[in-house]
Amino acid sequence: MRDAFVKKLNEKAADDPNIMLLVGDLGFGVVADFGDTYPKQFLNCGVAEQSMVGIAAGMAASGRRPFVYSIANFPTLRPLEQIRNDICYHGLSVTIVSVGAGLAYGSLGYTHHAVEDISILRSLPGMRVFSPADALECNAAVDEILATPGPAYLRLGKNREPLVNPTQPDLSRGEPILIRDGSDVTLIAAGPIITQALEVAENLVASGVSVRVVSCPVIKPLNAEAIRSVAEGTVGIVTLEEHTILGGFGSAVLEGFAVRGWRTPILPLGLEDAATHIMGSQEWIRERAGLATPYVQQRVATFAEENA
Amino acid sequence: MQSIELARRARISALTMCSTSGASHIGAALSVIDILAVLYGHVADVAPHRTDDPARDIVLVSKGHSASGVYAVLAHAGYLPLEWLDDYYLDGSHLGGHVTAHGNPGVELSTGALGHALPFGVGRALTDKLDGVDRRVFVVLSDGECAEGSNWEAALMAAHHSLGNVTVVIDRNRLQILGRTEDVLGLEPFADKWRAFGWEVDEIDGHDHVQLTEALRVRSDRPRAIVANTTKGKGVDFMEDKVEWHTLVPTADHLALALAQLQTNTTEVQA
Ligand SMILES: Cc1ncc(C[n+]2csc(CCOP(=O)(O)OP(=O)(O)O)c2C)c(N)n1
Repeated sequence: MRDAFVKKLNEKAADDPNIMLLVGDLGFGVVADFGDTYPKQFLNCGVAEQSMVGIAAGMAASGRRPFVYSIANFPTLRPLEQIRNDICYHGLSVTIVSVGAGLAYGSLGYTHHAVEDISILRSLPGMRVFSPADALECNAAVDEILATPGPAYLRLGKNREPLVNPTQPDLSRGEPILIRDGSDVTLIAAGPIITQALEVAENLVASGVSVRVVSCPVIKPLNAEAIRSVAEGTVGIVTLEEHTILGGFGSAVLEGFAVRGWRTPILPLGLEDAATHIMGSQEWIRERAGLATPYVQQRVATFAEENA
Repeated sequence: MQSIELARRARISALTMCSTSGASHIGAALSVIDILAVLYGHVADVAPHRTDDPARDIVLVSKGHSASGVYAVLAHAGYLPLEWLDDYYLDGSHLGGHVTAHGNPGVELSTGALGHALPFGVGRALTDKLDGVDRRVFVVLSDGECAEGSNWEAALMAAHHSLGNVTVVIDRNRLQILGRTEDVLGLEPFADKWRAFGWEVDEIDGHDHVQLTEALRVRSDRPRAIVANTTKGKGVDFMEDKVEWHTLVPTADHLALALAQLQTNTTEVQA
């Protein structure tokens, strides 16, 4: 997904000399092409994320369209106040891009797990939040970000996520995307963890539970109406995200429904409120953190049964 | 064990760990191992049997990505079981790809996001000063990391409070992930920056155990910064001063070549 992102930005930068790529000394083997092709639109800001985001805001105020690129929590939590005050307060068109959504950097440890970013970033005024599931959704997110002014956050997986979309979806209305139809329960994932949602759906066929799998790459502004209609005819919605359960995608859906007085049953699944001390790959930690397929499957089946 | 032998064994282990597990950052580990071997080996007042002793010195490694080197030194110095190195970075390991304090004796602070250990160290040192505790706080920084403002904010504080109990060692290998420090975001005149912030500064060869030992043993009434000139990838000729060895994982062939160099190297005489 990160390669898709840089490739996409490369194409866009050809038409728009205002596009800038700022990196925090990250992207070895990934960003060099961009820098070589557009030396005046590329800047390595060094290991200094607060400065980098402030610089991006200044450039945006001067008419540029900066994308700030780093991994994990470095472009989000580290320079959070610069994002809030310099970018959001002034409504500037800066896009924050972070690679390594959720537990993608598993064995690098908790410092490198991006598991609170959705909650925190979506609480900032005017900040749009995109969590694509595959390269096609990533491309669509970049198109959408550039089509509309204002701050944006693009939460990327790592690389080589399987494609779940047949073609590039249209994200202009923030609508969720039906990936696999089903009639009993709707399972909506935000991000590359959609592959697990698809496994769950496949595995539950044998138990007679028909799962509708939906991808929701636009977390903010959340299109609650479209989410309600995509779930129509099923008993309710289970949300799935590789992110803390506190304030993330599931919370966004719950809020969206609650403020409208809709009583659709919703079960948010995500990570517990705890720093993980487990070392291992993404798969390994998912298993131990209650996000592995068998566990999610169990929860979805029970939810479907209880609300039938 | 003498620190030179400790460093040699740690290099062999770190290379093996990164190669077998598929982990990055071997260049960063090889760069800092001599500094760590001298600190844990005989300068810092620390020992495996007293990692909870309130009077022990505090060693903080801010460049958390050099974890393979840190764990290797700690294991060969008796802090961690040697067999823990075997599953470094693998599923279920004690030892993740960044320096982790949880469950690992001898590690004082989990790091991995750069620019965290110096403010933390200043916090420990200030508390010691308030409490009248006489022990030292050592903080190992990388050079690219010195772009983080948090380091300079803490440097101001340490000088303002004359924290002679703080010693910073900067692993000055002049490389970061995407290039040379002086090409990405120049730090020079680097030693003068620390001096201007009110620190006492030494510039030494960061692979020379005698120079490291002497510079680290000096006490002052001001905080001290030791600019340790190093070579990223030190000890393995094809990795030395090569930017890509921050990220690349040594293959089995690389490992064999590297180990041959480290095994045949005659150990220099320890001071
Ligand atoms: C806050 C933060 N930003 C970015 C990174 C990613 N990162 C890891 S190591 C590194 C730079 C490595 O260069 P240097 O600090 O000089 O350390 P060396 O490996 O050369 O000793 C970067 C940018 C990080 N770990 N933390």
